[in-house]
Amino acid sequence: MTGPRVLFDLPGPRARRRQRIGSLLGIVLVLLLVGLALWRLGANGQLEVERWAILFDPATNVPQRLLEALGNTLQVAAVGMLAATVLGALLAVGRLSEHVWVRIPVVSVIEFFRAVPLLVLILFCFLFLPQVGVSLSAFGALALGLTLYNMAVLAEIIRAGILSVERGQSESAYALGLRKWQVMSFVLVPQAVRRMLPVLVAQLVVLLKDSSLGFIVGYMELLRTSRSLVETLNFSFGPRYTFQLYVAAGLIYILVNVLLSQLAKYIERRTSRNAKTAGTTKVELPADSSAVTGLGTDPLRV
Amino acid sequence: MSFLADNFSLLRDAFLTTLSLAVVSGIVALVLGTVLAAMRVSPIPALRALATFYVETFRNTPLTVVFFFLAFGIVYIDLQFPSRFITAVAALSLYTAAFVCEAVRSGINAVPPGQAEAARALGLDFRQSLSTVVLPQAFRTVVPPLGNVWIALAKNTSIAAGFAVTDLTAVLQRLANANADQLAMVFLAVVVAYLVITLSSAWVIGILERRLAITR
Repeated sequence: MTGPRVLFDLPGPRARRRQRIGSLLGIVLVLLLVGLALWRLGANGQLEVERWAILFDPATNVPQRLLEALGNTLQVAAVGMLAATVLGALLAVGRLSEHVWVRIPVVSVIEFFRAVPLLVLILFCFLFLPQVGVSLSAFGALALGLTLYNMAVLAEIIRAGILSVERGQSESAYALGLRKWQVMSFVLVPQAVRRMLPVLVAQLVVLLKDSSLGFIVGYMELLRTSRSLVETLNFSFGPRYTFQLYVAAGLIYILVNVLLSQLAKYIERRTSRNAKTAGTTKVELPADSSAVTGLGTDPLRV
Repeated sequence: MSFLADNFSLLRDAFLTTLSLAVVSGIVALVLGTVLAAMRVSPIPALRALATFYVETFRNTPLTVVFFFLAFGIVYIDLQFPSRFITAVAALSLYTAAFVCEAVRSGINAVPPGQAEAARALGLDFRQSLSTVVLPQAFRTVVPPLGNVWIALAKNTSIAAGFAVTDLTAVLQRLANANADQLAMVFLAVVVAYLVITLSSAWVIGILERRLAITR
């Protein structure tokens, strides 16, 4: 179905009037709810300008701390993404291998890490690894947990990307006398990467969101920093700035992620009209949530 | 092994908490997400805009932040959930509904246009053609993506541990602190419990997918 238009007739003048009245009522209702929330906030004194000003006043050190926290969040996400992409590519190649003794362990690694909650993996790196002699900072535990989980997800994305390159491409490459590794690195991967780019950026959004789990292991990312700011400020002023700081952290997340999502959409539009991807077939690449093989593919990220 | 036997009831309760958290949130998210999907294809622009805004907001917010707001934020608008379990259910279902909506919408878009055109030619209105013709077919095609959303939800319940719900992950943290010598055992038990949920779900979804697939 190509759009919502198939489901209903284009509205005539009377239907349009009815819709406008309905829309207006709906908007009024939403505005009423928002107004009610704002009124309660105001009644509790949460809307005082002075309470929000702290977010922008460098003298209080709050904007610097938040900026630093955003830096930490982006840092752990970048490390996780890089490591996960490299390992994911290796796993994907392993899964596409012709040798059963390579494929079976690789498949079990991928399936295992996709079926276990990310938080459990992070806790494993944080609590268990130090006991067996691998001591990790909160940053290390978070980055390693994110890497382990996302390498499995990315392996599936990359595998699907490589499989989406039409068979004629590799067949003609073999016919030209290229070796297996040459076919992979000169023919399949360059074409697959263009197809995968939007999904990879989308996965980066997921990873960035997941880095907020650092809150639980005590890594100073955005959420944890707001928490600690709230605690220090509560110490001197009482619970005055709690709500404002959490709202700020939430808004920063939404802003960064919306920007990244838009980037993914932009790349998708660009690649879809790029002649260089013509050799790939249009298939949905799997994303984060498709937990186990045989589940089909899934354009959604959870 | 005696360690596991000693803590069996604790682990069992935690397993049931995780499971009920996932099931209750899953049902709420399914209903809410379907309503949102219907709004996104509805004739009324304001409804479409509202649903789009909802989906974009929740898809770009970390689940931890959603939890945070429901646990600590809404007291400032004088609201309060009756229990931590219900807070967790609310956070998980509000967050997951956005993904359910996208899955269902992709299913609605996958129904051939002829079906809706035929329904309208028979004189069914928007509500009737959606609920009796399009959605029943859409749900059959979205079994795999909805299944993935369900599995992701089951894994996401672990975040509730950070907000004082005693689910599997919370018990993992508690046992890990109390029994540093048995850490491997603790992790093994909890991971197996999660695998029981996720892998068996994947198996059931696989069967459903084959049963319900529409061959066109």
